Amino acid sequence: MTTQDIQEKIIEEFKIFNNLMDKYDYLIKLGKNLPSIDPQYKIDGNLIKGCQVRTWFHSTIKDGKVFYDVDSASALTRGFITLLLKVLSGRAPDDIKNTELYFIDKAGLRESFSPLRANSLWKLLTRMQSDAVLYGTKKL
Amino acid sequence: MFGIKSPDKKSTFDVKRIRKDFPILHQKVYDHQLVYFDNGATTQKPQIVIDTINKLHTQHNSNVHRGIHYLSGQITTMYEESRQKIQNYLNAKHDHEIVFTGGTTASLNLAAYSFGEAYIKEGDEIIVSEMEHHSNIVPWQIVCDRKGAKLRVIPFNEAGELLLDEYKKLINDKTKLVAVVHVSNSLGTINPIKEIVAIAHEKNIPVLVDGTQAIQHGKIDVQDLDCDFYAFSGHKIYGPTGIGVLYAKERWLNEMPPYQSGGDMIDKVKFEKTTYNDLPFKFEAGTPNYIGAIGLGVALDYLQSVGLDNIRNYEKTLLDYATAKFTAVESLKLYGTAVNKVCIMSFLLDNAHPYDVGMFLDRAGIAVRTGHHCTQPLWSHYKTEGSIRASLAFYNTFEEIDYFCEVLNKIKKMFE
Repeated sequence: MTTQDIQEKIIEEFKIFNNLMDKYDYLIKLGKNLPSIDPQYKIDGNLIKGCQVRTWFHSTIKDGKVFYDVDSASALTRGFITLLLKVLSGRAPDDIKNTELYFIDKAGLRESFSPLRANSLWKLLTRMQSDAVLYGTKKL
Repeated sequence: MFGIKSPDKKSTFDVKRIRKDFPILHQKVYDHQLVYFDNGATTQKPQIVIDTINKLHTQHNSNVHRGIHYLSGQITTMYEESRQKIQNYLNAKHDHEIVFTGGTTASLNLAAYSFGEAYIKEGDEIIVSEMEHHSNIVPWQIVCDRKGAKLRVIPFNEAGELLLDEYKKLINDKTKLVAVVHVSNSLGTINPIKEIVAIAHEKNIPVLVDGTQAIQHGKIDVQDLDCDFYAFSGHKIYGPTGIGVLYAKERWLNEMPPYQSGGDMIDKVKFEKTTYNDLPFKFEAGTPNYIGAIGLGVALDYLQSVGLDNIRNYEKTLLDYATAKFTAVESLKLYGTAVNKVCIMSFLLDNAHPYDVGMFLDRAGIAVRTGHHCTQPLWSHYKTEGSIRASLAFYNTFEEIDYFCEVLNKIKKMFE
């Protein structure tokens, strides 16, 4: 599936929720199923700077595809991470770089977060894309 | 005072009537009636303070201590009257012991810099406590780094009470100052300042008190406490932002060098040497926040019209009620269970990150603070990163506490 196909699927999934609390509830459930980050990567050096909630990030490239290992102390953030990984993890650097993440707005997720938290999540997203760019130029 | 209205004295405490004085409380947030439980971060302003600030800008604005003209004279009088109101509120001996600053952080930085310059040298020690706000740690750390001095720390017990026996052990011949918080912003603990001061004074060591979270909860008498410095912010006591106070005994203000320099703090400026103005102006360089200072004076008038005893008694009933209700919420862990405390409820819910809980509360129209509340060492003590903090004021109600706990129970279920 393309990143667009997955995003459309997520948007469909979120259409069934009539209110914000149901969306949050779903995000928490998704977060519970997100595998924990490999303990060797759960270190202060891998924390995303400026995030309100401690969020660990690690990326690798294998067979030309970028894989992300991300974890957070917040269940809601973990839910959001699950969605980001569904769309971006395991793809070629160029694919990640060129993906416009429209599902965040269309699934009504941007409005679900306070400006501070949205800013934190934006930092995570930026990190995912900047690592993909660096893998693409072989700087990592 | 030039047409600035004084509040009417309220004969009995009626929270419904009090709430009418605070226009911001009567709004809906996400379709819910606002429940403002973030008073530790900032308090809301009564209408009389809002009206005063507006009136000062529309009818009285002019720079203080500068002009011979009508408006400048008028506003200077109001500014200095406000200083006297604060002197009276704190029961300071002299009005020139009241220095206007930008807030507690500015007050503490002033004290740390000027006291440090005057008295701290290599090998000296400064005592703070484990429950200090960062603003009463970092300025002293900077002094210690600059002078080669050492910071010593008074620990606290699990309830969040300072260990005075440990404090006594920290005091020695090298101790030059004790800087301690009156009421913990994270736990609500009321520290025994009078006793802390008495212990330090036995060895002639001055004591600075961070009164940010104490000043709004009852009468403060700096002469009775006998503290050497007392710092607080206007916005925590129902006054405007950007204004604060450093009270200091005359002796220290005379001996300490200025912190900032510029206009108004000078006596004579010559290229060879500058001499400084009298107290307190030596410490008030530049155009002060006179609108804020006058607004703060009106906020104190307002509190006194409500009655400081009324406020203290009502807040105590809120605390007792909230403690009983919060502890009845399953899997809620309360931090800060000192015998003497104000109505600050810091807690965690099992399995739920404070930011997530804070977000759900927000969507239910409830304003709280989440995180470390600028007291990271305090949370290191509890081996956690922070908490959800509900900090109540005298305009909060029992019904709001009921609603809060009802929402908490719903949130808890979502994380099970």
